[in-house]
Amino acid sequence: MTAEPCTDFPRIAPIGLDGVIVQFGPALSEVANRAALAFCAAVERDPPEGVEEVSTSLVSTYLRFDPLFLSLEALRADLDARLTHEDWYAAPLPEGRRLLRIPTVYGGDFGPQLGEAAEAAGLSAEAAQRELSQAQVRVNAIGFAPGQPYLGTLPEAWDIPRQAGLTPKVPEGALVVAIRQFVLFSVSAPTGWRQVGRTAAPLFRPESETPFLLRPGDEVIFDSVPAEAWDRLSDDPKGGVTVEPFA
Amino acid sequence: MSALEVLQAGPGVTVQDGGRPGYMALGLSRGGAADRLALAEGAALLRQPPGTALELAGYGGRFRADVACRIALTGAPMRATLEGAPLTWNASHVLPAGAVLEIGGALSGVYGYLTPGGGFDLPEELGARSAHLNAGLGRLLEAGDRLPLAADKGRETGLTLDPVDRFGGGLLRVLPSLQTGMFPEEMRARFVEERFARDSRGNRMGIRVTPEGEGYGLTEGQSIVSEVITPGDIQIPGDGAPYVLLYECQTTGGYPRIGTVIPADLPRVAQAAPGVELRFRFVSRAEALEAEAGYRRALGAIAVRPLVRDPADMPDLLSHSLISGVTAGEEHS
Repeated sequence: MTAEPCTDFPRIAPIGLDGVIVQFGPALSEVANRAALAFCAAVERDPPEGVEEVSTSLVSTYLRFDPLFLSLEALRADLDARLTHEDWYAAPLPEGRRLLRIPTVYGGDFGPQLGEAAEAAGLSAEAAQRELSQAQVRVNAIGFAPGQPYLGTLPEAWDIPRQAGLTPKVPEGALVVAIRQFVLFSVSAPTGWRQVGRTAAPLFRPESETPFLLRPGDEVIFDSVPAEAWDRLSDDPKGGVTVEPFA
Repeated sequence: MSALEVLQAGPGVTVQDGGRPGYMALGLSRGGAADRLALAEGAALLRQPPGTALELAGYGGRFRADVACRIALTGAPMRATLEGAPLTWNASHVLPAGAVLEIGGALSGVYGYLTPGGGFDLPEELGARSAHLNAGLGRLLEAGDRLPLAADKGRETGLTLDPVDRFGGGLLRVLPSLQTGMFPEEMRARFVEERFARDSRGNRMGIRVTPEGEGYGLTEGQSIVSEVITPGDIQIPGDGAPYVLLYECQTTGGYPRIGTVIPADLPRVAQAAPGVELRFRFVSRAEALEAEAGYRRALGAIAVRPLVRDPADMPDLLSHSLISGVTAGEEHS
């Protein structure tokens, strides 16, 4: 893989009065996402004074700052120096990442669009389920709703479009697929992605000691389990999820 | 423990505060009071630091405390009575033990605030007490709910203030955002010329505004990569009608953004009731910074003054005598 996915990147752009993003690519790629995660971790370790919060999206690191304390020009200069100093496209992913195995019931009532998604990917339903359940994917970003991960990158065949219409409602725990990514829904919501399975993973439990199950950069395998396992999984506060240190 | 009891609640009554920053990376937006200025005004009228308050979306409800407590009423003006006697909005009062406070619909604006002296003694969830409905944190309040009151060190009431006028729409100052340049010049010119009406669709996440003329839809907008969202962002979904986002917005989004309303004008966005007219104007970063400095000065130095009671105003006098412990019955005997 080349070090520079695009010559116009990385680039710094303001978002509102009190934010900037450092964008590492124009579209999701493994290398742009890795750079964003690595840069975010580095800024978090040594934040410029006046920076109040850092976060990542699919291809960017976001910094929220106090614009009356730290000027955009000064912040830009600081970030420029950091970008020049190190090749973030070649940087390793941050340490402390984990591998989570999330038991998933595929197909049937739990994944009503598995067949449709498999067809779009040019696979049989069985082959599709096998590929999806064996893929080890990275939490590229958490967003939209609390604890809700965007995971990738799935094999090439899964570069399937979102469906034309919206599914009015998928349940909490729905595993949906499109454009070589999974989204695992932390809330019941409408979506244009196709639901292939369902998990009982507790993505967001505000009352628990660990309210958020996943962190950006974690790796996940959505292991296939039979439908009969569902009752046991949904009774388990951990949803059958196992967590182990990774890399 | 002393508490404020909800006897009846409007459809959008929640506990709010300054929100919970720090969880963006995990998908949880800041949230907190839709009108931060009203929260600060409530605190100033009680001479306490900003804390928790009840946010009343469009309509209040009926409330009663089991001990005498201080309250302040700020934000969207609503008709308020204490045991049937009118109470001045934008002022602090004593709510006698057992007396019924009734707060009706907003006369203008959207969000009214009922701040108790000392705030509510509620446990923090993820570092704040505010309801974040979209995230399932906290919930809408309903009849029968009892909100524990924290100890109140203050004594003073009978203060009032002149609120910054923000309840009737108006001009919103906008900074360019990520995709501003993707909108054709004609659209950007039209965006700052035409009037928009606050649509009926809107909540704590954001408000939809409808243009007079055709929409602002972009065809290439479908392919932009999902990016971090900040309160004030003006997203243009497929139907071309802008959505102005507020503090409880989602954390990321893939719709193109034509600009971002500056923080100082977010109270005006939140308080724009359906049908109210809004306009947009692009400003330079220098102008936005100046506005921010002014906004923070205003938040930190809200001027309050004694509420002068008109002796001819009998209902108000009645509520006043309740405060000093003399019952209305004795007053009239």
